[in-house]
Amino acid sequence: MTYQAKLRVWRGDAEGGGLRDYTVEVNEGEVVLDIIHRLQATQAGDLAVRWNCKAGKCGSCSAEINGRPRLLCLTRMGDFSEDEVVTITPMRTFPVIRDLVTDVSYNYEKAASIPGFTPVARDADGEHRMQQVDVERSQEFRKCIECFLCQDVCHVVRDHEDNKKVYAGPRFLMRIAELDMHPLDNLDRRKVAQENFGLGMCNITKCCSEVCPEGIHITDNALIPLKERVVDRKYDPLTWLGAKIGRRPHP
Amino acid sequence: MADQAVEKHFYDVVVVGAGGAGLRAAIEAHEQGARTAIVCKSLLGKAHTVMAEGGIAASMGNVYAEDNWRVHFRDTMRGGKMLNHWRMAQLHAQEAPDRVRELEDWGALFDRTAAGLISQRDFGGHRFARLAHVGDRTGLELIRTLQQRVVQLGIDVFMECTVTKLLTTDDAMVGAFGYRRESGEFIVWQAPSVILATGGIGKAFKVTSNSWEYSGDGHALALRAGATLVNMEFVQFHPTGMVWPLSVKGLLITESVRGEGGVLKNSEGKRFMFDYIPEFFKAETADNEEEADRWYDDHTNNRRPPELLPRDEVARAINSEVKAGRGSPHGGVFLDIASRRTPEDIKKRLPSMYHQFKELAEVDITKEPMEVGPTCHYVMGGVEVDPDTAAAKIRGLYAAGEVAGGMHGSNRLGGNSLSDLLVFGRRAGASAALYAAEKKATPPEVTDDALAQARQEALAPLERQGGENPYAIHAELQNTMNDLVGIIRTAGELQQALDKVAALKARIANLSVEGKRRYNPGWHLALDLPNMLTVSECVAKAALERQESRGGHTRDDFPKPTPEWGALNLICSSSDGAVSLTRQPLPQMPDELATLFQETT
Amino acid sequence: MTTTAPAPAGTGAPGRARIAARHLRTDTWWVQPAITVAVLVAFIIYSTLRAFENANYFVAPYISPFYSPCITKSCQGSSFPELFTGPSFLTPAIYILVVPLGFRLTCYYYRKAYYRAFWLSPPACAVAEPHKTYTGETRFPLVFQNIHRYFFVAGLVFNVILTYDAVLAFRDKNDHWGHMGLGTLVLLTNAALLWLYSLSCHSCRHIVGGKLKSFSKHPMRYKFWQVVSRLNGSHMKLAWVSLFGVALTDFYVRLLATGAFNDPKFF
Repeated sequence: MTYQAKLRVWRGDAEGGGLRDYTVEVNEGEVVLDIIHRLQATQAGDLAVRWNCKAGKCGSCSAEINGRPRLLCLTRMGDFSEDEVVTITPMRTFPVIRDLVTDVSYNYEKAASIPGFTPVARDADGEHRMQQVDVERSQEFRKCIECFLCQDVCHVVRDHEDNKKVYAGPRFLMRIAELDMHPLDNLDRRKVAQENFGLGMCNITKCCSEVCPEGIHITDNALIPLKERVVDRKYDPLTWLGAKIGRRPHP
Repeated sequence: MADQAVEKHFYDVVVVGAGGAGLRAAIEAHEQGARTAIVCKSLLGKAHTVMAEGGIAASMGNVYAEDNWRVHFRDTMRGGKMLNHWRMAQLHAQEAPDRVRELEDWGALFDRTAAGLISQRDFGGHRFARLAHVGDRTGLELIRTLQQRVVQLGIDVFMECTVTKLLTTDDAMVGAFGYRRESGEFIVWQAPSVILATGGIGKAFKVTSNSWEYSGDGHALALRAGATLVNMEFVQFHPTGMVWPLSVKGLLITESVRGEGGVLKNSEGKRFMFDYIPEFFKAETADNEEEADRWYDDHTNNRRPPELLPRDEVARAINSEVKAGRGSPHGGVFLDIASRRTPEDIKKRLPSMYHQFKELAEVDITKEPMEVGPTCHYVMGGVEVDPDTAAAKIRGLYAAGEVAGGMHGSNRLGGNSLSDLLVFGRRAGASAALYAAEKKATPPEVTDDALAQARQEALAPLERQGGENPYAIHAELQNTMNDLVGIIRTAGELQQALDKVAALKARIANLSVEGKRRYNPGWHLALDLPNMLTVSECVAKAALERQESRGGHTRDDFPKPTPEWGALNLICSSSDGAVSLTRQPLPQMPDELATLFQETT
Repeated sequence: MTTTAPAPAGTGAPGRARIAARHLRTDTWWVQPAITVAVLVAFIIYSTLRAFENANYFVAPYISPFYSPCITKSCQGSSFPELFTGPSFLTPAIYILVVPLGFRLTCYYYRKAYYRAFWLSPPACAVAEPHKTYTGETRFPLVFQNIHRYFFVAGLVFNVILTYDAVLAFRDKNDHWGHMGLGTLVLLTNAALLWLYSLSCHSCRHIVGGKLKSFSKHPMRYKFWQVVSRLNGSHMKLAWVSLFGVALTDFYVRLLATGAFNDPKFF
């Protein structure tokens, strides 16, 4: 079951670099990260790669394999034929640090700029009460392991560097949706979602959902519902008319 | 020379590690008014806490109203075979419910009971359903909640930085020295208080559920700075790790599988755990399948299934079955939930497990049993701390979470880890902030000599040519610890392990790595290796010394626990790189707590 | 080392890994958008031809969905009030086209399909788009995608009308009840598919319950939301099937009207 795989790995840093060919041993059941580690231990001791749990739970080893954003630890070598060249590059939306490691600080900056959770007071006996059906929607979004593959694949920032200033990306628009659906959260985030975090930039082409290793329905369950909530507030002609004639609170 | 420059920062409290304990400590220190920084080896939110699956143990009584801290305390002590520091176990049991509740104020969304409260699930060694949980990804929920809180409070986080040395003056902390993994540049945090929250040591073992970060940094840093370690011989092997494919051998399968009804079977299809019920737990464990199966719905009138015995018992049982030739094709046993719960139930309650097996082993756990075997999971031993303040033996040094010792005795119960992080993380944060406030008048000073020396030590492997390969030495160490200091130990093998570790120690003086300082994993490993070797030496030494079997320490040549050893802790200390052991009597439990153990179950 | 020059598209921005290729995908990523283009173009051509044909859309008791509700004085058949006489170059189909067209044009699924296939924004995941700038749905005219819910409601009116047409198809040529032909079945199926497509819509999902903060306080709406959510999972499939449904229904009516085919009668 052991064979020699042909690997093409991007080596380099911000100054420059390119794809380099390697031949590495592969055993049954191994994932791409195993092969990268073998490469590291035997041929390229300084090959930079970010990883932690190797179980698809921490979201550290994000990269692009044959041009598709994936986790190195959840991509089985068995998915490729033995004579296929497997090309591995860093995520192409973020600045590269070295080899397969990118600078993902864009994501941490966006995370910090989102208005934090603002809870209602506890019940008199010191408990918060929530029904299971009310927490399930936000729970789905909290499965997110922050691998940032959705941020990487989203063409809004992947293909347009400038948009990083005005667009938070699927992961953090989903975070806003999560808070907006959180039974205890007390803040209306619809205005900032549209005006500060660029929800309107999203054209729901669903690549975020396609690459999500957790299988979260980012577009259908978070982004579109959030867009609809924004419409409630901002684009609904009835709301607008209601506000004009003073029947409803001004948006 | 510009290259000599070291980036300097000044804080009141520096927290090393950004898992549950580190984040909770930082939040508390910040709220007490301390200027606080978090330093972590990975990106924020990636720490090993995310791997915790089952839940947070806290006697909130949401499912069984008769639960309270005394029952939890008693379960914890018995699970640790009475070697736990009683005061830590008491504080832990008393404070865990409040620590869980406050997570909800920060946005956590636990699964709910019908009454809308936090749902609690069963786990090994816990008398009542007690684990607050979110499916089987509770650790992720915990770390994300704390991470988002830290971000909301605006606490400074130094991501992807490794601390290589604690700096002391006159036996008091003055700061921590390290490097940025990204650039390889050096950095020093000057602070009177340093909190270690670096987690465990599992990466010294080959088959482990732990990530690369678990290289025993905190244990080794504390030891070198002059603090002491306690209970290092006790390493927990989780009974259910994946055994196949090899690539994921050791990867954890949550205990919730058994909590939700999963059973262990050998190759003959027999539920073998009924043959391994120890005297100590006979009274509270079902001895037949009918009673065991009834228990899932009615805890009050039935005794718990033996699959839910504490982890050390189950791990040993699996080990024995495999040795007796009744193992599964890939050298484990079968964990079967498929025949006991509906596919919908399994997918709903154990989504991550379903996903994990589907993706990594092409096994559908709703249709087939899993193959499982023991995997190195947790170290009970750690920095010896004062229970109330989490203070180590050096002024200004604190430790919380897995890196601290004493709380779990000789064996940790599932679910007690996450609550440990929260309870003692908060305590460490509070006392570190208090101590820093007292030291306000005399800010810590770090000499240029100390910095130059720390720098020199860190750069050595890069400057050397043609020396030893760190990856090769790491592999040798992992094999040694796995084969000779594993679940079942003997004096001969332990001595062999110590010889081997001594030889490796000599070889790492001659490590060399290729490449430069910028994000160089070879260099990073070269700096982590000495830590792994130091803790491995502590584990093997203490294991050789303790001539009995108890909890996570099983000696083939001394198969029974003894009362004499039951009254002793082993303390590791170090001077000039040599580890030495001393025996220390166990702290005495007050009478009002001791009486809890005289009741019949 | 095989590549050094910066990539032409956005992935060539300063600081990113320098990879010249627009994408490194090795699979047939272009098949999906190509199929989308082919099918939609075929539908547009067919429906345009039919909308301007202004004939062969009514054979008692069947009316083509392209021409229903038929509301001008020049209409064939008499199922709807004839409200006005428009200019002769506008066929009855043109007046009503705007609603189903608007509904599908602003549909969250179709948006994905045509943004990818026609606008190439992006052509496929991790394949660079050709445009230099991008503002998404923030400006005119795409900001009008946000009124999807009104097209949804208007679309429901059409569904009622088409269902009414299907019911009328249980009458024979002489308006006597008790008839059923293959055409009846075709109209019924078409109406059913349109209902399923409409009800599985994201705006519908929002309106029935998605907008609520608390499901537990509105158990009935939670049930509706669950049903719609389940349908919503098949929204893409329903979008295509119902599109084919409309075209095939129209085509069937045309076959009957031109005498190319005789409607098999069940009773």
